[in-house]
Amino acid sequence: MNILVCVKQVPDTTEIKIDPVKHTLVRAGVPSILNPFDGFALEAAARLKDKDPGTKIVVVTMGPPQATAVLKEALSIAADKAYLVSGRTFGGSDTLATSYILSQAVRKMEETEGKFDAIFCGKQAIDGDTAQVGPELAEHLGLPQVTYGLTCEKNADGSGLEVVQEGDGYNQVIGIQFPCLVTFTKPSFDPRFPTIKRKLAANRANIPVLGDDAFPDIDTSRIGLKGSPTHVKTTFTPEQKTGGVIIQEESEEESAKKLVALLGEKKVV
Amino acid sequence: MEAKTKDLWVLIETREDGSPAKVGLELLNPGRILADKQGGRLVAVVIGQNVQKSVEEAAKYGADQVLVVEGSEYQQYTTDAYQLAMVYLVEKYAPTTVMIGATNIGRDLAPRVTAKVGTGLTADCTSVDIDEESGNIAWTRPAFGGNLMATILCPDHRPQFGTVRPGVFKKPEAGESHADIIKEEFHVANDQIRTRIIDVIREAAGEIVDLEGAEIIVSGGRGVGGPEGFETVIKPLADVLGGVVGASRAAVDSGWIAHSHQVGQTGKTVAPKLYIACGISGAIQHLAGMSGSKVIVAINKDPDANIFRVADYGIVGDLFKVLPALTEEIRKKKGE
Repeated sequence: MNILVCVKQVPDTTEIKIDPVKHTLVRAGVPSILNPFDGFALEAAARLKDKDPGTKIVVVTMGPPQATAVLKEALSIAADKAYLVSGRTFGGSDTLATSYILSQAVRKMEETEGKFDAIFCGKQAIDGDTAQVGPELAEHLGLPQVTYGLTCEKNADGSGLEVVQEGDGYNQVIGIQFPCLVTFTKPSFDPRFPTIKRKLAANRANIPVLGDDAFPDIDTSRIGLKGSPTHVKTTFTPEQKTGGVIIQEESEEESAKKLVALLGEKKVV
Repeated sequence: MEAKTKDLWVLIETREDGSPAKVGLELLNPGRILADKQGGRLVAVVIGQNVQKSVEEAAKYGADQVLVVEGSEYQQYTTDAYQLAMVYLVEKYAPTTVMIGATNIGRDLAPRVTAKVGTGLTADCTSVDIDEESGNIAWTRPAFGGNLMATILCPDHRPQFGTVRPGVFKKPEAGESHADIIKEEFHVANDQIRTRIIDVIREAAGEIVDLEGAEIIVSGGRGVGGPEGFETVIKPLADVLGGVVGASRAAVDSGWIAHSHQVGQTGKTVAPKLYIACGISGAIQHLAGMSGSKVIVAINKDPDANIFRVADYGIVGDLFKVLPALTEEIRKKKGE
């Protein structure tokens, strides 16, 4: 099997603080990490490779040169080859433009790596939280998709995958033929860690860069800020709740009684 | 593409039995306001099988027109069948705005439609309005795990698409139906549907964990101490309230309860009327998934727990004493 995993470098949103005076996001000192959902996608690919060691895992990211860090991390976990898509003209792209550029990158990588049987993505990145790039990439490439994958296995005749999908209130097993695109959410297990040996190899890895001139046939009206249908008008920090009521009566029973009374006044129960 | 009308569309997601998912009806509420401001009609789009009930409800809750695509190929959701049907409708009628509920299905479908049509999509909005300056829809959504809100416009492409979180809006008041019902014959061949549902896995005894649609959620965290705690104190309170059991990442990672119950950044984002957090410290990942709840109650032993910062009401105490007392009080109140 030949699997492409799309990853993104994101700020660790759990470390982000709000400036209490200016009400802006404080990003200084916030570590950059591999988007956790992309880690789940990589783990799903690694599990397929565990069963079928001939599997090749290629990772790609689009971002500034420093995003190479997450490619190295992916190499040290499970990937065999990595590509960086990075160009000045790609900056400012929204999800539609980003997915279009990535679709061009897929075609380009396939010239070297062969056709990908499956493309795996995280269901969403934890900075933008849009969950759009995966399905949009699938559309540009004309591939069938399964989103919200938890786990997957190759089907009996090896012609596709059976994906356990998290639905709205239940899970489903979905059958899909190669080539296809699957996005992954959090499974019930933790992804594997990098090994020292792989880390050392990842540091020495040659990571090709697909830059502005890598795609001679790209439609430049569909990339960058100008090629993006959506524009951010404003950003602001959400209002913080303040001054909730703390109930601390003599006993737990009394506290419960008071709470029910207060909720009753608010017509919540 | 250019819009042919000033109409605003709301996709009414249907269930397997043809009934509407709640979020579609909720969106008719802001849909009405925005359609009036745009000077167009409010159109409900219903795709499914045996959808009479969805059509009636959409009409009852204020749609001026209901577009219906019916067929056995739509009984269960598949990306391909629904995408083809939506793209067909959008290209035929070219509305100016389309709103879809930000459910797993909505978030699977919407980007697939917009990428095909070549227009902009704003995901997971918590507020929608008209941008006074430009007349575009102003889609407002959280990003960075809820730390930042962004307002997004789609100025030069139509239709402008957005998915909107369930539970943000209330269903509109029901009224006399005045809707034109338009049936569209559009069918998708079997071989155009490239995925196959092999199995549906429901929780024990067919229980469905519908956190996103729940009006009341009672969630347990590390303080619940184990799977027994969920059975003995969390579930009884959820049951008496008619609510759904949620959980923090800590409880799920400890294996006390299935991930389908998880609320937070790597779980579900919820906005119920009432969220009761029990033994949950309030890590930012958890807050990101529930801070949009209307009323938040926190019960925790630790008076300095972060969860109290977002709580409307907090009880500092032992949840194993507070919850049974609370369950009993509510049972009494309901009995009145």
